[in-house]
Amino acid sequence: MILSLDNLTLGYESHPAVHHLSIEIEKGALLALVGPNGAGKSTLLKGIMGQISPLEGQINLHVERSDVAYLPQQSQVDRSFPITVQEMVALGAWRHTGAFGRLRSKHKRQVASALKQLGLSGFEKRLINSLSGGQMQRVLFARLLVQEANMILLDEPFTGVDSRTTHDLLHMIQSWHQQGKTIIAVLHDLEQVRTHFPQCLLLSREPISFGDTQEVLTEENWLKARKLNEAFDEHAVYCGSH
Amino acid sequence: MFEYLVAPILEFSFMQRALIGCLAISLSAAPIGVFLMLRRMSLTGDAMAHAILPGAAIGFFIAGLSIEAMTIGGIIAGCTVAVLSGLVSRLTEVAEDTSMAAFYLISLALGVLIISVKGSQIDLLHVLFGSALALNNEALYLLGGICSITLITLAIVFRPLVLECMDRLFLQSVSKLSPIAHFSFLVLVVLNLVGGFNAIGTLMSVGMMILPSAAARYWVKGLDMLLLLSCIFAMLSCYIGLLMSYHAGWPTGPAIILTLGSLYIISFSFGINGSLLTHLSKPKHLSA
Repeated sequence: MILSLDNLTLGYESHPAVHHLSIEIEKGALLALVGPNGAGKSTLLKGIMGQISPLEGQINLHVERSDVAYLPQQSQVDRSFPITVQEMVALGAWRHTGAFGRLRSKHKRQVASALKQLGLSGFEKRLINSLSGGQMQRVLFARLLVQEANMILLDEPFTGVDSRTTHDLLHMIQSWHQQGKTIIAVLHDLEQVRTHFPQCLLLSREPISFGDTQEVLTEENWLKARKLNEAFDEHAVYCGSH
Repeated sequence: MFEYLVAPILEFSFMQRALIGCLAISLSAAPIGVFLMLRRMSLTGDAMAHAILPGAAIGFFIAGLSIEAMTIGGIIAGCTVAVLSGLVSRLTEVAEDTSMAAFYLISLALGVLIISVKGSQIDLLHVLFGSALALNNEALYLLGGICSITLITLAIVFRPLVLECMDRLFLQSVSKLSPIAHFSFLVLVVLNLVGGFNAIGTLMSVGMMILPSAAARYWVKGLDMLLLLSCIFAMLSCYIGLLMSYHAGWPTGPAIILTLGSLYIISFSFGINGSLLTHLSKPKHLSA
């Protein structure tokens, strides 16, 4: 087991965005995290990364935090910043260089190889503000590749990305899976999840279903998830007090 | 030509001091300004300049026109506002620009109150507009010290600071340095503003941060070139501003800032990256 969530509640201003979630994720899992907007999917990833603290329950991560790589939604990156593709990808070697260390020739080779694998050769000196959405996502995947983490969290990795790039990136995810890495990805395309992701967690703030994708993504479960009221109830009583 | 451009500097030691002091502050304030611009915090510099006022005023009333007292007071007031607004925005649900605006206004009101109850407007003029042509040894040491601290700190926090500006979630996922990068940067902003008020005044020293980077972005694209060109613009403007101040008898701070302002106007009119000229000229395109 690489990650266990025990009665986990995460939220904002006391309102639960993820409510009483208890699951165990095995090492090497390829897990899709699905659910309607506002279901708490991104919040759960932020919780696993330690960027927000639980309101209740526990997150037990059985790997070093430095062994977990996290790809936030692309909108979180300031793409107007004047940094080159090569510099951006090289930041993936942070675990080895830290904040101050030099990039060794081994890491430089790694960066070059990551760029090549993602079809970004020739883009090294381009500033990220000149890239398309799909190209930027390739850059962020190249950075993940350099990170060499054993657990990878992806928040909507294919949003705003064309089908060819999506195909290439899915291929990369598959190869990570074959290498035994654990992958959790927030996704919206259910067909994609059915085809490529053996495990699935359907979340609607409350966990609806978790396990084998074909069993989780049933019509009935999805209807249940859709009934989620997106807005927080301002008059809700404290959980457990009724 | 020599008479006009070089002789005043060679001839008078007060001009040499002014030049050294202003070059030091250029070298440290300009890179800070580049990061302020990239973080879309250009007006934060202005807010912080107001925030250091009560500290400088209290320093002035305790020890008179003493650079040490005013500097220490300014640093304490500035850092207090920076840390409080940063903490309030990180611990409560309010954006940093709002909490900073709230704290700097409180600080400014306090400063104006102290000065009007205990001092005269002439004292205030020194704080607001400085006097580069009257820099003594202590002031020069201070400016040199601030410049050294700024450059060394920037070198140390450079990588986390870049990530803090561009991709904070990634930084938080690989290290715990995000708050350190943020707060040490704010402290550098305060240090440079306080350093600047001795030479060209609090309000003018904001110009030393913002204008060079705002002008440089019209000429170059990469971060390294932005940092380099901003420093060059700032140093060049100091030299030209000082000479104008000497020949025309103008106050030094405004002369330097107006030189920078002219550079900015030239840059946004004729620069090669997204200037007025590039927008007005007939677009051409490459074959691939």
